[in-house]
Amino acid sequence: MSDRSGALKRPALWVGMIAAGGAVGTVLVMALYANISTRKAEARETSFRVVDLDERSVDPALWAKNYPRQFDTYRRTTELTFTKYGGAGTDPRPISKLEEDPNLRTIFNGYAFAVDYNRRRGHAYMLTDQRITGRVTKAKQTGNCLHCHAANSVAYRAVGLKNGAPGTLDDSLSSAHGQAQLLAGLDGVAKMPFEEATKLVEHPVACLDCHDPKTMALRVTKPGFLRGIAALANGDAAVPHLPSIEKWRTGDRSRPYDPNQDASRQEMRSMACGQCHVEYYCGPKATLFFPWNKGLKVEEIEAFYDEYTFADGHRFFDWKHPLTGAEVLKAQHPEFEMWSQSLHARSGVSCADCHMPYVREGAIKVSDHHVRSPLLNISRSCQTCHRFPEDQLKANVLGIQDRHRALMLRAEDALVQLITAVENARKSGLDDGTLAQVSEFQRKAQWRVDFINAENSMGFHAPQEAARILGESIDYSRQGYVSIAALREVARPSKPPVTPAKRSP
Amino acid sequence: MSVRLLAVLASLLTGTFVGASGFTFISAKGASYLTDDPAACVNCHIMRDQYAAWQRSSHHAQATCNDCHLPHDNVVHALFVKASNGYRHSKAFTLQNFAEPIRIVPSNSRVLEGNCLRCHREMTDAITAHGTLGVASTPAGQVDLNGCVRCHGDVGHGPHR
Repeated sequence: MSDRSGALKRPALWVGMIAAGGAVGTVLVMALYANISTRKAEARETSFRVVDLDERSVDPALWAKNYPRQFDTYRRTTELTFTKYGGAGTDPRPISKLEEDPNLRTIFNGYAFAVDYNRRRGHAYMLTDQRITGRVTKAKQTGNCLHCHAANSVAYRAVGLKNGAPGTLDDSLSSAHGQAQLLAGLDGVAKMPFEEATKLVEHPVACLDCHDPKTMALRVTKPGFLRGIAALANGDAAVPHLPSIEKWRTGDRSRPYDPNQDASRQEMRSMACGQCHVEYYCGPKATLFFPWNKGLKVEEIEAFYDEYTFADGHRFFDWKHPLTGAEVLKAQHPEFEMWSQSLHARSGVSCADCHMPYVREGAIKVSDHHVRSPLLNISRSCQTCHRFPEDQLKANVLGIQDRHRALMLRAEDALVQLITAVENARKSGLDDGTLAQVSEFQRKAQWRVDFINAENSMGFHAPQEAARILGESIDYSRQGYVSIAALREVARPSKPPVTPAKRSP
Repeated sequence: MSVRLLAVLASLLTGTFVGASGFTFISAKGASYLTDDPAACVNCHIMRDQYAAWQRSSHHAQATCNDCHLPHDNVVHALFVKASNGYRHSKAFTLQNFAEPIRIVPSNSRVLEGNCLRCHREMTDAITAHGTLGVASTPAGQVDLNGCVRCHGDVGHGPHR
């Protein structure tokens, strides 16, 4: 008989093994219990208040103490990310859009964007990049730039108070006094030179811009947006993707539409971004405003601009094109407007759903504050709804973008040909009065192609709409081109019509 | 150490183990998993989205989680699917080592489609007669990608947003 089978017959070993098994089992079960308790605690409590936040808490580091998870991802906007058509690459040196696309130098001739126009970096760089751009250092700008390049609510309110607005900085931003201070501040800062105004701020977009410090609820704080969206609600343009506006319109309208009171949380998840990712006027001739009175579509904004007159009585324009004499428009970055025309918007998908998708840590669900292209996070951004392989989804998006890029370059070529033709026509003696009609075509064509070029999505935010706009742009450029030929015929009927410039097909 | 003393120790430790297990089972609402109540599925907080979406879905008044996600051919099969899912879910949630977004596994997908057909047989018989429904269409031949929920994606779990 071996020692081993002998040992197994000893009851002490049996009992000992049961005891050891019980001990190990208990440890494992308690570990499981601890794990379950942790998950349960996570599900109950998503934040732990360490500091009291108020309307003066501009510094995100303060908010980080209460919301470390959100802050961690917010801080990652310093990372240099890029996709095929967006972002600034991983090299810290800026990439010039003007060098990538020389057509832009002709299109923006005479305007600050022909001096310096780089690809965008992350949220964290918005203030730095704005202070060093040639558009500010080589041209004169106003405090209007502050509206979107900084956490500005405290600075605006302080200026508002100095200019006679009621109350103190301790008032809630949503109170009547707070709102009065904010709007007075917008008007006050607009009159300051940029160099002076930028000293009032020290942080790029911060927690306070989109969150109520007491409740963390989403809110909008940028006064231009508050005025713009109220004007949009007051108009009659259809906005089926913003049901709270449609609801307000059918109500008694006793007070203006206020997104902070009327909008749903899902709408706020787009409006918070729409505070800045929009078309606006931020030049020196007026206080910054959003041109939304007639609606959000490209031609509705254009119609508003065409009717708008500056204080000196002149029709709205951004600058006079030196080569053609046309009074032309510059689009900013109308992402909110383009998204508004999309199927995604009609389906109730907000900006944050794709650009700040939910991430999970244990049982805690938080919005990813590392705002970036959904192409860099397809599994969380797209696949939540679209149950197709990642490669297929990416190919779909790039296919859409490639087509729009090609169409956009054609539209730019057409516009540059028009500009060159007008330039030649002026040299050959046609005066600006005769060419006024052609200038209008340039204004329309340029506004449309720039609307797509300045918009950050290369058509993806609303593909069919973007293609429509580019198609119209090409048409207006060609109408202008054709009408020059006609004008030449009228002016000098004996001479043959001008030969079209040679272009690639 | 005498056998008697060891036996006492073994009894104590075994008792502790049984007690701790029982406590953990109760605190984790273990018994709820034996019911048909959809609330049991949100014990695990990660299922909140699915639960909330089900509450907004057209099937809310007609079908619970188990109606669609467990087989209904016989009790043994149903319990086996429930137990294997329970094991996989609790392992994944405890170790936190799963891929997101969460996707249904092929075997569960077959169970699901079987349940669509079970209730809607009168309508679907005309479709299944073609012999194309339920035929695996993934490259690995695991599951029918072109099944009912390819198009009827939000009947069970409401609109996504």
